[in-house]
Amino acid sequence: MFLLAQQGLEMPDRNEGAAGCVQNDGFCPSWIFDNFDRYVDPFLQHIVLTVVPVAIGFAISFGLAVLAHRRQWLTGPITGVTGFLYTIPSLAFFFLLQPLTGRGYLTAIIALTCYTLLIIFRNVTTGLGGVPMEARDAARGMGLTDRQLLWRVELPLALPEILAGLRIATTTTVGLAALAFFAGAGGLGAELDADYYFKSNVVVAGGLAVLLAAAFDLIILGVQRAMTPWQRARAT
Amino acid sequence: MNQQSAPDSAGTSSRKAATLEFRSATKRYPGQDDAAVDGLSLEVPAGEICVLVGPSGCGKTTAMRMVNRMIDLTDGDILLDGKSVTEISPAQLRREVGYAIQQIGLFPHYSVADNIATVPKLLGWDRQRISARVDELLELVSLDPHETRDRYPSQLSGGQRQRIGVARALAADPPLMLMDEPFGAIDPINRERLQNEFLRLQQDIRKTIVFVTHDIDEAIKIGDKIAVLQKGGKLAQFATPAELLMYPNGKFVEDFVGADRALKRLALQRVRDIDLWKAATVRVGEPVAEAKAKLADSDINMTLLVDDDQRPLGWLADAALRGERVEKRLRSTAEPTVELDDILRDALSDLLASDSRYGAVVDGRGHVAGVLSVEVIGNFLQEAPVEARSGAELVEDPRLVAAPGSTGRRDH
Repeated sequence: MFLLAQQGLEMPDRNEGAAGCVQNDGFCPSWIFDNFDRYVDPFLQHIVLTVVPVAIGFAISFGLAVLAHRRQWLTGPITGVTGFLYTIPSLAFFFLLQPLTGRGYLTAIIALTCYTLLIIFRNVTTGLGGVPMEARDAARGMGLTDRQLLWRVELPLALPEILAGLRIATTTTVGLAALAFFAGAGGLGAELDADYYFKSNVVVAGGLAVLLAAAFDLIILGVQRAMTPWQRARAT
Repeated sequence: MNQQSAPDSAGTSSRKAATLEFRSATKRYPGQDDAAVDGLSLEVPAGEICVLVGPSGCGKTTAMRMVNRMIDLTDGDILLDGKSVTEISPAQLRREVGYAIQQIGLFPHYSVADNIATVPKLLGWDRQRISARVDELLELVSLDPHETRDRYPSQLSGGQRQRIGVARALAADPPLMLMDEPFGAIDPINRERLQNEFLRLQQDIRKTIVFVTHDIDEAIKIGDKIAVLQKGGKLAQFATPAELLMYPNGKFVEDFVGADRALKRLALQRVRDIDLWKAATVRVGEPVAEAKAKLADSDINMTLLVDDDQRPLGWLADAALRGERVEKRLRSTAEPTVELDDILRDALSDLLASDSRYGAVVDGRGHVAGVLSVEVIGNFLQEAPVEARSGAELVEDPRLVAAPGSTGRRDH
């Protein structure tokens, strides 16, 4: 709670609801019901803290993976750099960036974006590498240009792998975004931190983060199923 | 760039087959002493199947892939209808040349119809024309369009996938087809069937085809001409299947064709191609003296009883010739009978399966044409090369499929 004063956050107001339960830091449904409003903004912040880094990270690593697919020698260096970024502890990352980008969203989003790169890059690369040689050969033999080959054959066939990477990256980012309040970017983490002895608070803030991760996961899974009907086709 | 000379209708094979010529075509890879393909020169007339055959590493696939520039020539040239392939952009060239490979390479994420439509879509055909063409091709390769077109490749059997691969290669009605071991991954029984289907198909579409295989039997069965390649990408021999079997021009080809090449020739030739024994054919009621005269003149010491239409009834027992007139006393039935158009190998098999080791030969109308025996075939196999070396003509059209015209079909 050492950051509380600094961040100007208030402890959850415990004077409402069932007094005994709240006094004991218990799990109090009535308190949760009465105080749910206070979680809406942090929840929305958390969504932004997830969607924006994943979207930017996807754009960057997708481009890098396609580039490395054409120029194989780039795979090593790109994996090295993104791998290095991945190993930096998030807290250290936030504080290292602060002199450059200050406190707030920008810092958090840069750091969170960096963590998605390795996962997505590797999955896109693996996906493209897993396209059957013979499909590629047949495509070239029928006169598809390199670009047509990429967009009509390779990427669609790599889609399951790419979306699997996106799912991991998204789930990871939901978790990491809970630390974004260290960078002054709010989110559900800030609520957790505000009173982590109070079970009701922890359950709601933590629970919302878990629900968010699960929801994203299901959405992407749904997209994958819709986009890869051939994967469900069974011999009849 | 894509205004191809596409056919006006979706009709089968409305485009003319192309001629193909390898002119000292050579492929060298840097850092390798031996060329992959070394000065390959040969011509494939329009509408013929040229099989490239040889052991692995002989450069047959490389030679084929140079045609559609999947591999670029180091030296020499390849001419498609007299035009160098190096003057056509690879993508455009490949859309003009059908391409089928052993692994088939169907796109798993495309339905059967979309797979077949790959090249037509690249060529910008309209939707209706593509759809009509897909159905037509599915029927051409003996698949039911309604049942097949919306399936994914994973839902098909190996043989079905192979057919789709061929249909896809044929989609834009290319004047030239390249096929790299298209039946290599299929089990022997289905391979045989697909080969027969393919030959039947070729009768209709008459494409110029370059067909790569390592299987000499397949080469002999499929090819109009066979190019045998040896390691280092050198052409060892370029000949018709019959020539190749009769006169392999050296140890390499002889070994490659196999020790059983005499037997393989049996598969290429028909009963009508060899000199049959003359039969003594008699009718019931004919004077025995006449019958005996015929017997003396025949090549076999047996008389064959025939009906008024010269159809064989059976072999006569000696007792039948004891009286004044020939009686109907059979030693055995006329089985087996073989036909003039039967393939020698099948005829030999029939003879070996019977006790008699000989059989009556009938023509298309069922009339006796002579007698075939195991001995006759044995003599033929021994004599043919000698005879041919002295200038006799080669057997014409030695293909398994019944060729239209004179050497052709049975009448029933």
